[in-house]
Amino acid sequence: MNEPIMPMTKRDLLSMIGTAAGASAMYMAMSSMDQAKASDFKGPPKLEGDNKGASVLILGAGVAGMTAALELSRAGYKVQVLEYNDRVGGRSWTLQGGDTYTELGGATQTCQFAPGNYINPGPWRIPWHHHGLIHYCHELGVALEPFMQVNYNAYVHNTKAFGGKPQRYRHIQADFYGHVGELLAKSVNAGALAQTVSKEDGEILLEALRSWGALDRNMRYVKGAASSGRRGYDKEPGGGLSAVPEPSDPIDVQTLLRSGLWRSIGGNLQWDHLSTIFQPVGGMGQVAKGFERAVGHMVRKNSKVTAIHQDEKGVIVTYKDTKSGAVMKAAADYCLCTIPLPVLAQIEMNVSPELDAAIRAVPYSTSVKVGLEFKRRFWEQDDQIYGGITYTDLPMSQISYPSTRYGDKGPGVLLGCYVGGAAGYELTASTPAQRVEKVLEWGSQIHPQYRGEFMNGVSVAWHRVPFTLGCFGSWTEQTRAEHYKNLCKFDGRILLAGEHASYYGGWQEGGITSAIDAITRLHQRVIAG
Amino acid sequence: MKKLILSMALIGASSVAEAQAPARPAAAASAGDAAFGARMLGEASGEQIFTRVCAACHMQDAKGAEGAGRYPPLAGNQKLAIGAYPAMVVVKGLNGMPPIGTMLTDQQVADVVNYVRSHFGNKFKGAVKAEDVKAMR
Repeated sequence: MNEPIMPMTKRDLLSMIGTAAGASAMYMAMSSMDQAKASDFKGPPKLEGDNKGASVLILGAGVAGMTAALELSRAGYKVQVLEYNDRVGGRSWTLQGGDTYTELGGATQTCQFAPGNYINPGPWRIPWHHHGLIHYCHELGVALEPFMQVNYNAYVHNTKAFGGKPQRYRHIQADFYGHVGELLAKSVNAGALAQTVSKEDGEILLEALRSWGALDRNMRYVKGAASSGRRGYDKEPGGGLSAVPEPSDPIDVQTLLRSGLWRSIGGNLQWDHLSTIFQPVGGMGQVAKGFERAVGHMVRKNSKVTAIHQDEKGVIVTYKDTKSGAVMKAAADYCLCTIPLPVLAQIEMNVSPELDAAIRAVPYSTSVKVGLEFKRRFWEQDDQIYGGITYTDLPMSQISYPSTRYGDKGPGVLLGCYVGGAAGYELTASTPAQRVEKVLEWGSQIHPQYRGEFMNGVSVAWHRVPFTLGCFGSWTEQTRAEHYKNLCKFDGRILLAGEHASYYGGWQEGGITSAIDAITRLHQRVIAG
Repeated sequence: MKKLILSMALIGASSVAEAQAPARPAAAASAGDAAFGARMLGEASGEQIFTRVCAACHMQDAKGAEGAGRYPPLAGNQKLAIGAYPAMVVVKGLNGMPPIGTMLTDQQVADVVNYVRSHFGNKFKGAVKAEDVKAMR
C-alpha cells in the first residue's frame, strides 16, 4: 500500500519537502503574514460627548466602512458613504447562481450554480477569536454555522509520495504522532534526555508519550488496537458475527517523514485554524447584507472616487457616477478612507509625504479561488468526506468541501482551488475557462470523479478584481516599521481604515478593528474641539 | 522583506508548470530564485514570464485595464523608454504591484523587461543587462 520512495539525496529531500509545503505554507502566508493574535476588540466604541454636529464622509462600503458608518451614525455624526461597486460588502462577497462578475480585462462570468450553492471569493472563515466580526454578526442578525477546517478523513497529497496517491489526514497525523512518540520514548529510555529531564519527569513524559502517540505497552507505535484507535481500522468494528475489526498498518517512519505530508498538520495547529471557526449561513455575503440593513441607506453606490482634497475647513471628495458618468462632489468635516491601497495610490489626494509613501509601500497579494459545481456530492457519497479541506502540492493547493447541507442529493459545489504565489499569477493570467480546465485536470488526480460529474465552474483572481487590484495588503517587518504608523495616523482631516491598516492581513477582523480604532481617535479629536 | 520573500517562496514551491511536467528535475537556479517558484520560473524565458506573471494584471495584449484603479498599459508606454525604469519596478514593485523580481534571476528580470520593450508595438532601444539588475537589488 505504501510504496517505497526512490532513494534520494538530502538536497532532493529538502526540495521535495519544500514542494510539499505548497498547501500549508500557502495557508500560512495567506492567514498569518503577521503574527496571529487575539482580536483586541473590546465591544463597540463608546463615542460619548458632544460631536458638535460633525460630518464624516466614508469611502468604501466594505466591513471597515460600514462598521464606521454604523457606530458614527449612532453617536450622532452625519455620515455618508461612497462605494465603487453596485453592491456593498467589498471583499465580503458571495457568488451564487445567477450572479454576474466582470473582471479586469473584460471577461464576464455568470455563475451557474444551483440554488443554495455558492463560493466565497474572499473571506470565508470567521475564527472564534475574531470577536469584533462575531459581535456584529450577532448584532446584525447574521446567522453563523460551523466551518469545517480540519477533516481527518479528507486527504493530504503529495504528487511525489505514495505514488501520487492521496492519503487520509487521520493516517498521516496518527502515524506522525505515533512515530515521534516512539522515537522520543526511546530517547528517554536510553537516557539521552537525562541532562534536561529528571528520572521522575522522564516517567511522566513516557506516560504522556504513550497517551499522545497511541503507543502500546512496550512504548511502540505498531499495528494494533492502540494505533488503529487513532488512524482507523482496515475493517471497522461491526455487530453480530462480522463484528471483529481488523487493525490497519501504520505507514513506516521513513516513508512518512519523506512524504512531507506532516506539513499539513502543522498548518492546522495555527491559531487562525483552531476550532471553533464559523461561516455565515448562506455565504459571507450575508455579513454585507447584515450591515446593509443597518447602514445601507447611507451608502451611495456606483461612485468612483477620483480625488480627495482637504483644507482647514473640511474634505471635498470628487467622484464619478459609474452609470451616468456624471462627476460630483461630496463634502464633510472629516474623511475615513477604506479604499484598498493599490486603488488609493492612484487617486489624487493632498496628504503628507509620509502618508503618501505609506500608501505606496504595501504590495497586494495574489490569490485565486475557483468554485466547481458537480452533479452530486461524490466526496461525501464515495469518499465519506464531510466538509474540511484536502491539501496538495498540486498548484491548486487545496480542495475545500462544503460545510453545509451534508447528504444533499442535488448538485454540490466545492472550492477547487485557493492559491497564491507563482501558480496564482499564472491562473490569474489565464482566462476563466482555462482556470476551470486546469483545476479540473489537477483535481482529477485526487478525485477521479471530477470529469464525469463536473457541471460548471466560476473563478475569482484577485489581481483582476476591479475594486481592489489585489487580494490584501502584504506587509513585511521592514515596511511595518517604516510605514505602518504613518498609514494609520491622522493626516489633517483624513484617516485610513481597512484590513491594510491592521495587523490582520486579509481578515475582516482587521477591517473592523481598524475602523473602530480610527473613529475612536476621530471622536476624541472632535470632542476636544 | 526577507519574511515576504520566504512566504512567497513557499507559496511558489508548487506550480502550474511543474504539475504539467512532474518528472522535470528542479531547475538549477541561483540561491535567490531557488526561493520562489524555482520550478516554474527557473527556466522561464522573458516571453513566458510575461504571459504567466505580468499578464495577470497588464493583460496578455499588454494594454492594461481600468476599474476603480488601473493597470497601466505596457504597450506604447513611454515610461519604458529607459530600460532601467521598468527593471526597477519589476525588482522593487510599485504602489500595489508586488516586487515580482524576487522570484526571478537578474537575467530573467532583464529578459522580461527586454521582451516587453521589444513587443506589443514597443521598439525601445538598448537592452537591459543582468548586471544592471543586480545593481538594483
